[in-house]
Amino acid sequence: MTAYIIRRLLATIPVLVVVAVVVFSILYLAPGDPAAIIAGDQATIEQVEQIRQTLGLDRPFLEQFATWLGDIVRGDFGDSIFSNRPVIDLFMQRIEPTIALTVSTTIVTILLAVPLGVLAAWKAGSWIDRAVMSFAVVGFSFPVFVIGYILIYIFAITFKILPVQGYRSIEDGLWPFIIHLILPSLALAMSFMALVARITRASVLEVLSQDHIRTARSKGLTTNKLLFRHALPNAAVPIVTIIGVGIAILLGGVVVTESVFAIPGVGRLVVDAILARDYPIIQGVLLIFSAVYVALNLILDILYTFLDPRIRY
Amino acid sequence: MRIAGKLLTTVGAVGMSLAIAANGVAAQDDKITVRSIPIGNLKVLDPIWTTAYITRNHAYMVWDTLFATDENGEIQPQMVDTWDASEDGLTWTFTLRDGLLWHDGAPVTAEDCVASLKRWGARDGMGRTLLDFTDSIEAVDDKTFKMVLNEPVGFVLDALGKIDSNVPFMMPKRIAETDPNEQIEEIIGSGPFRFVADEWVPGSQVVYEKFEEYVPRDEPPSLAAGGKVVHIDRVESVYMPDAGVAMAALAGGEVDLNESPPTELLPMLEGNPDVVLAPNDPLGYQLFLVINHLHPPFDNKAARQALQWGNRQSDYMATIVGDPDRWQECGAMYGCGTGSESHAGEEPVLGFDLDKAKALLEEAGYDGSPVVLMDPADNSTLHPAALVGAQSLRRMGMEVEVQAMDWSTLTQRRASKDAISDGGWNVFITNSTIAGISNPLIHSFAKNCEKAWYGWPCEPKAAELVREWALETDSAKRKALTDQIQALNYENVTYIPLGQYRPVVAYRSNITDVIPSPSLFYWGLKKTAD
Repeated sequence: MTAYIIRRLLATIPVLVVVAVVVFSILYLAPGDPAAIIAGDQATIEQVEQIRQTLGLDRPFLEQFATWLGDIVRGDFGDSIFSNRPVIDLFMQRIEPTIALTVSTTIVTILLAVPLGVLAAWKAGSWIDRAVMSFAVVGFSFPVFVIGYILIYIFAITFKILPVQGYRSIEDGLWPFIIHLILPSLALAMSFMALVARITRASVLEVLSQDHIRTARSKGLTTNKLLFRHALPNAAVPIVTIIGVGIAILLGGVVVTESVFAIPGVGRLVVDAILARDYPIIQGVLLIFSAVYVALNLILDILYTFLDPRIRY
Repeated sequence: MRIAGKLLTTVGAVGMSLAIAANGVAAQDDKITVRSIPIGNLKVLDPIWTTAYITRNHAYMVWDTLFATDENGEIQPQMVDTWDASEDGLTWTFTLRDGLLWHDGAPVTAEDCVASLKRWGARDGMGRTLLDFTDSIEAVDDKTFKMVLNEPVGFVLDALGKIDSNVPFMMPKRIAETDPNEQIEEIIGSGPFRFVADEWVPGSQVVYEKFEEYVPRDEPPSLAAGGKVVHIDRVESVYMPDAGVAMAALAGGEVDLNESPPTELLPMLEGNPDVVLAPNDPLGYQLFLVINHLHPPFDNKAARQALQWGNRQSDYMATIVGDPDRWQECGAMYGCGTGSESHAGEEPVLGFDLDKAKALLEEAGYDGSPVVLMDPADNSTLHPAALVGAQSLRRMGMEVEVQAMDWSTLTQRRASKDAISDGGWNVFITNSTIAGISNPLIHSFAKNCEKAWYGWPCEPKAAELVREWALETDSAKRKALTDQIQALNYENVTYIPLGQYRPVVAYRSNITDVIPSPSLFYWGLKKTAD
């Protein structure tokens, strides 16, 4: 197992190199000029050109790429072209809200979607099953921002029981932290729940048709024991896989949710950087996210061995 | 039934506690804090490095100016106590007020101001022109500095008191000595608010606290001039990318003020007794059509004149502003309501005549080739304006290729002089504050030909007249020169003004004494309990 983990970690290096080359090339080729944005609309063409030279944006592709890669290897992600602050500092400043939102969404999803999926499988073909699956279709079909607006309208504007927007750090107190996360987590969880509920249903349904379940049922096991001790653990691998993959997808959904609810997370950091062509931030954050994706996959692979002892590496 | 009742009670109790907790967050601080939504995302903190309005607004909080523009467009002293010009108009002496301090506690000195003026002069167009006419600027003593010109010019105070980017903000000497092409790293000013560096979250939140040691002038506040008396303790400026949510946050009382609510969402707040909608900038903005003079068909003057006659300002204003109380047709290149307002040669700009436009287009020999119109689709003002522009051109009989892009791409594309077939462009629509174009010297099209702004109009005589205007000290002669410059620009069709409109600021009804201005100032403003 240790050798496997080391092999996988080493395999991360070429993946990140490819990501680095692709990200840098795409950004180099993409239209847009940070110097013009920095200078502002009233600036003369001459001023824009001066800023471009100061930032080194007029240098050849290979020279810029080599400098950037050299810095990355030394652990330096560079500074934001606009705010002049280290990319890593900006990332660290923004990571807490993103993690909080991702974790709370995952918790909401697991707590609601897995039982719903199991219930739908147990009552397959009944109105409960159809209701759960209908919910899944609706949840998956609505964009996050639409769900966000609906939730804001109901809970923040009409009933005024939750804040419209914003984020409070857990250091400001548990209540403020939680109430600011409820609506964004629900909005973001909706499509994730739909996905997890469907996979859970399909997976549990398959396990329920197997011989060992029939044997357990004939031995007179209670429904709860049958479902949660025998069926669900055996159906866990695809469910865990989809939760893992879902967390990666969540990072994409976070971008929209953070914008709608004015949460200062990493997603918004990247979107703002893309709009302004703040290359060091885009490059740095994408590299870090790529590493997170690889790490998530590795964690999932390791989890499989605990969930299913037949799996060995 | 019983279960349903319990469920309802529980939901109600949870709702109540959430509401109490939510309100508690806002009420826990006994300082007077104004939470506001700025006009955009503050990315750059150095107001000399960029001309971006959001940075200018931030700078007015932190830094102070030697002179400032009042609501009548007059230049008034701000940090300066007394000043004097020699009889020949060559030597200007300025003495600073007593009690001026930097936010780190050090006194403001004349040397600080000299260094600040030099850095500003290296970046700003008007500043550069002023320094071109300057032999030396030097400190005489701690509070006095002297500027010696090589020719008497009529715009010394106009330059030092200009309200629009780049504003000559005063900085400590050690900071002002930063290379003008690089950003400053320390945000220390002598303005009425202190920048709280520890709480800055770029792209999200900027915090300012009242600078207790600031000594305001005695005069009442008037635009950027007068006494900057601060009645609040703290400003939390929170950037919200989603305009709808920003409006809901204001309606719900989570924020106190929205500096730039989008026109299309104003109906959300109209009729809300807790929210005030008030005109902000008394002069407002000019929308204008930028024409590329390098390529057909607009390298031909008749084709450009066709654009003048074929565009109707009311079409644009009705679309992007709506409310007729907030826009006006204006043929003045330097804006209506400014000291340089002129009506010379404005007839084609205001006198829409489609037949004439078509005839001029024919005279220009327009062959039906597609005209490339760049459309910044991510800009809620300029995107609809671009669509109106496309329709106006089509109405004249032109083939129009609307190329949608984000604003960032447009800022790069507009610098391209390439032919249309190689990624060049013909026209785009943008805007500027009137304050930023309010006289011939600071107007985007003050320069000509190779040195011109995007579109590269060429009329050497106009540039000569701008120089004459700069040197002229007699106001009547200046007015005559302004008329000549405008008439010449309209004859050449340098660009086309498309109307003047005023933005709105929205704030909670417990906010009072907001100073109408191109930049939202937080001095003078008061906040009482809800």
